[in-house]
Amino acid sequence: MAVAPLGTRAAPTSVTGGPPANLPGDRERDRIARRDRRGRRVVALTPAMLLVPATAVLLVIIGWPLVQLLVISFQEFGRAQVFGAPAPFVGFDNYADVLGDATFWEVLGRSILFAAVNVVLAMVLGTLVALLMTRLAKPLRLLVSVGLLLAWAMPALTAVVVWGWMFDTQFGVINYLLSQLPGVDMIGHSWLIDPLSFFGVATVIITWQSVPFVAFTIYAGLTQVPTEVLEAAQLDGASGLARFRFIVFPYLRSIFLVVTILQVIWDMRVFTQIYALQGIGGIREQTSTIGVYIYQVSVGSGDFAAGGAIAVILVVIMMAISAYYVRASIKEEQL
Amino acid sequence: MTPALARRRATNVLLGAVAIVVFVASVFPVYWMLNSSVLPNNAIRGPVPHFWPDEFTLRNYETVLGDGGRAPFLPALMTSLTVTLITVAAALLLAFLAALAVTRFRFKGRRSFIIAILLIQMIPGEAMIVSTFRVLDGWQLLNTIAGLTIVYVATVLPFTIWTLRGFVGGVPIELEEAAMIDGCTRMQAFRRVTFPLLAPGLVATGVFAFIQAWNEFLLALVIMQRPDMMTLPVWLRTFQQATQTTNWAAIMAGSTLMAIPVIIFFLIVQGRMTSGLVAGAVKG
Repeated sequence: MAVAPLGTRAAPTSVTGGPPANLPGDRERDRIARRDRRGRRVVALTPAMLLVPATAVLLVIIGWPLVQLLVISFQEFGRAQVFGAPAPFVGFDNYADVLGDATFWEVLGRSILFAAVNVVLAMVLGTLVALLMTRLAKPLRLLVSVGLLLAWAMPALTAVVVWGWMFDTQFGVINYLLSQLPGVDMIGHSWLIDPLSFFGVATVIITWQSVPFVAFTIYAGLTQVPTEVLEAAQLDGASGLARFRFIVFPYLRSIFLVVTILQVIWDMRVFTQIYALQGIGGIREQTSTIGVYIYQVSVGSGDFAAGGAIAVILVVIMMAISAYYVRASIKEEQL
Repeated sequence: MTPALARRRATNVLLGAVAIVVFVASVFPVYWMLNSSVLPNNAIRGPVPHFWPDEFTLRNYETVLGDGGRAPFLPALMTSLTVTLITVAAALLLAFLAALAVTRFRFKGRRSFIIAILLIQMIPGEAMIVSTFRVLDGWQLLNTIAGLTIVYVATVLPFTIWTLRGFVGGVPIELEEAAMIDGCTRMQAFRRVTFPLLAPGLVATGVFAFIQAWNEFLLALVIMQRPDMMTLPVWLRTFQQATQTTNWAAIMAGSTLMAIPVIIFFLIVQGRMTSGLVAGAVKG
């Protein structure tokens, strides 16, 4: 991103100059922003004023609960504490309990595997659809775009409910259509009872909703790859795969990276789809991903301390996953 | 026909066929929701599905809208609308100010602020439910519009700031300065030059905030536990749980009512939104 003009405009000054005696009026602010001849104190204040509202909301609604979360995770905190019993500090006991619990590792492994499958599927299918769109004539491309937009626009919960109906054991259209195949009788087949099949359905739903975002973003990137370079490569005899590998991919590397990391983050913390699908007919114990597990441990069983410890672990994992993305973004923007 | 031409034509037919498959796979669930919602419940519970709305009826919508029982629709709709609209307005305003600060000024703490914004986005909501619940409880904000709204503002704010930042940064300050040389005040220059250029970005960002708030499920589930304070997603889930064994048609009508505003909104602004996304993705 081009931030070139920025540094040359406003003088690099500190915002820590203390509160002003009075706020500058409109006209005075005009001059501040234009040139900074008007004195340091006022110049330094403006960005701080602009940032205060957003920062205040974030500190109060994200920052403070985050601190609370950390505190709870080091306390003994169950239903009794919710109703006012003292919450003694127990050091790392909660973490030791969680990390020593086989269920936690099972849930974590399941979440990672599930996210991995979904990310790969969404990236591969999304890229293929994007490449397809570049080769379609306009009317067909419009048709595909409209279809993708509809899938993308569906609220996650509605999507789960609708797919739940389509996969319905008795009256679902999918069982009906599969039974039309010769020698197949799926009427009465329950898709959600078996955990593997449950995750199959969840994967269908999530892929259905993720492909549009991936496809549109990569398609938009593809339209920016200079056609001359591609044509030159084609003249030199580069195959389609080689052109993708050596020209398109390097151009789109940062887009691919950003989209992949975003997918990883979204799929690792998936909640709505799994939770709602369990409500339609899954076995909770065998199908919970880490987000749902936190909900069950804290809200369901009332063990807020363990829930807190798992939540902190999840936050740390997410931070680790996003660290590269954050660093790359910062670097790319020359902040 | 030369072999090369024949091959190209075959490829085009193949690509067209794949395009149709992609289209059908994308659209079918949406179609199936609409189709099931306008068929009588006993019709969709037959051995052979009705692929067309050949027994068209609006009874299911009457069932949903008229249901005053355990899960009434209209109060949920009102709650959702109120929370979502206030969230969009507040988030846009706060994010716009913050975006101005980080794009138009260099100051100490700017880099830290942007890093913080990026990091906050990565905190999963699931991790925060218990402590958010407790903090809101402490302020008597559970089961209130204000409580859920302020949480939503904070939730969408990092993304909104990040996106708007790209748009604000994309409007060269030279344009504003040129207008000011031509005699505009700073405010005029902003209103007549910068704002129109920024409008698509504001719309795109606003739509994203709208969709996130409208669809949000987990926090609403935890914060709005009283049946009369449900938002639409919580309502839909409650309704689905209560009705699943008996009336899928009504559930589909409810799903349609919840999804249609988002879908329409999405389609209207999609051009701006995809271009906004690209700007965001390519430029950061």
